[in-house]
Amino acid sequence: MNVASKPALDQATLDDRRLAKVSARDVDVFYGAKQALKSVSIDIRPNEVTALIGPSGCGKSTFLRCLNRMNDLIESCRVAGSIWLDGEDIYTSGLDPVQLRARVGMVFQKPNPFPKTIYDNVAYGPRIHGLARSRAELDEIVMTSLEKAGLIDEVKDRLQEQGTGLSGGQQQRLCIARAIAVSPEVILMDEPCSALDPIATAKVEELIDELRQRFTIVIVTHSMQQAARVSQRTGFFHLGELVECGETEQIFTNPRHKLTQGYITGRFG
Amino acid sequence: MIDERTARRLARRHAAERRFKLYGMASVAVALAFLVALLVTIVGKGYTAFAQTGIAVEVSFDAGPVKEGDFAGLVKSALAARFPEVTARNDKRELFGLISSGADRVLRDMVQDDPGLIGQRRVVTLLASDDVDMVFKGHVTAESGRLTARQAEWLASLRQTGAVSLGFNTTFFTAGDSREPELAGVGGAVVGSLFAMVVTLCLAFPLGVSTAVYLEEFAPKNRWTELIEVNINNLAAVPSIVFGLLGLALFLNFLNMPRSAPLVGGLVLTLMSLPVIIIASRAALKAVPPSIREAARGLGASRLQVVTHHVLPLAMPGILTGTIIATAHAIGETAPLLMIGMVAFIVDIPAGFLDPATVLPVQVYLWADSPERAFVERTSAAIMILLAFLAVMNLLAIVLRKKFERRW
Repeated sequence: MNVASKPALDQATLDDRRLAKVSARDVDVFYGAKQALKSVSIDIRPNEVTALIGPSGCGKSTFLRCLNRMNDLIESCRVAGSIWLDGEDIYTSGLDPVQLRARVGMVFQKPNPFPKTIYDNVAYGPRIHGLARSRAELDEIVMTSLEKAGLIDEVKDRLQEQGTGLSGGQQQRLCIARAIAVSPEVILMDEPCSALDPIATAKVEELIDELRQRFTIVIVTHSMQQAARVSQRTGFFHLGELVECGETEQIFTNPRHKLTQGYITGRFG
Repeated sequence: MIDERTARRLARRHAAERRFKLYGMASVAVALAFLVALLVTIVGKGYTAFAQTGIAVEVSFDAGPVKEGDFAGLVKSALAARFPEVTARNDKRELFGLISSGADRVLRDMVQDDPGLIGQRRVVTLLASDDVDMVFKGHVTAESGRLTARQAEWLASLRQTGAVSLGFNTTFFTAGDSREPELAGVGGAVVGSLFAMVVTLCLAFPLGVSTAVYLEEFAPKNRWTELIEVNINNLAAVPSIVFGLLGLALFLNFLNMPRSAPLVGGLVLTLMSLPVIIIASRAALKAVPPSIREAARGLGASRLQVVTHHVLPLAMPGILTGTIIATAHAIGETAPLLMIGMVAFIVDIPAGFLDPATVLPVQVYLWADSPERAFVERTSAAIMILLAFLAVMNLLAIVLRKKFERRW
């Protein structure tokens, strides 16, 4: 059964996919014999926050991890279809996933700072990609990244302390600082607030809204309120299919599909 | 309120818990008792080996015998001078039996250090023979038959004048093996063990860790790697003597390496400890949270960078602990070394990796086989040194683990 009806798909994709920052067409993902994603097509527009919502196991995280080829690490995983970043197919054999991940950063569900100092956490990405030519330049990158992540005031006196010694919310913002230190174009966030308390969540959400000016953000979230608060567009996944995608306001006030309506009104999920 | 049935069940549960605690404490106590028994026996039997009986006699360094290098003659004439009443040839031989056949080396060293001694008289403490040593330390009685009646008499007269005394046994630490217990030492075995350990560590650590890293981080998970994993686990359980036979066939017979050499011993011990190091390293690598790998991969680190920058440093405490435990095990290994000829009687202290050598546990094995009473205490003393070696290694493992340990 193809639950994604035609009008919804028109909302999900643009007429000219070159206008999209990230563009996916007919993406199928298999874990061994099990199909996790079925023919997902979506265009993610630049400098917007796109939220992916849906019940557990619906494939939204799987789709997110396709966008920077993190699924390559899972051996049984196979991806079909095409995903473009700025009009370039990221699944061609010539493309180096290591280089791709410098352009498409990721923030994970659980804050996962390296067991190193706060400074080294942020400096790690620029170091391996050779972004700084001098120590001063590296300092500059670290400080601006921490500033952009809204963490600078809390940590500027303790840059040499362990990143793991921060609170959960601070750790997650440190991970965001670490991700933006390599100046990616797209930032993928996989339920970034699910391990945080409401105050830390509010800070991260505020941050996401600011980051939208410079980056294109795709966020997977379980919280519909969060999707409504931070995103401009929302995609609803169900059983591996993209059921509906459109402007966030429209999805939450006037969903076209009855599955979407059921989910956002809390009838299932 | 708690009703009666619930109260009874609660009481039973608490009783079960108390019983379990008691069993645990009892088993710890039993284990400790065995350990104490082991240490008490070994130390009790062995500590006397660190002292050695010496007999002080006045030696005249006559120019004639010294020029000829006949220092044994000096010892004999000194004893003859001390007991002028002994004249018969057989009696003299009995008298000279009080002193170790290696006692003349002390005199030779003295003259070498100070040639001015020639022509003078000095009181020198000479190494007593092992039988005198045993009697003086009280391990055997003078009437046990190890000493003849007259020897016992002479010893008693020497003791009366205070000429017999115990001194620190430096020979035991510096000398190689010897047929004479009072001249035998663990020096050669310790050096041999060190050489073998250096070879083992230098080969097994890098090989084991790179194998573990490859299998854990790079290799695809398929039937082949599974087969390899099963085989490594099996190799860890193979009896060590089999590794000795492999070493004999491969290193000695096929590659024609020298027999009894620490290099070959180290190679055999490497074969033996590799599976253990691989298994321990893999476990340590597995224990690194996958989120750290994802974080680094997500930033665009290559596979090798993920491993060298993050996973390996975090796994290092576990890897080091595994390696040191495996090496400590290898040091205590005897059986495989018997196969490659390290069980030989070797007097010289090895100077290199290719010199014939023996190792501590083999030395223990050799001495435990010797009939002389004096070798009993030396066996125990050698065990004490081996245990001290292992204790130091384990301490090192703890220190390294603490040093590299990080929390997240």
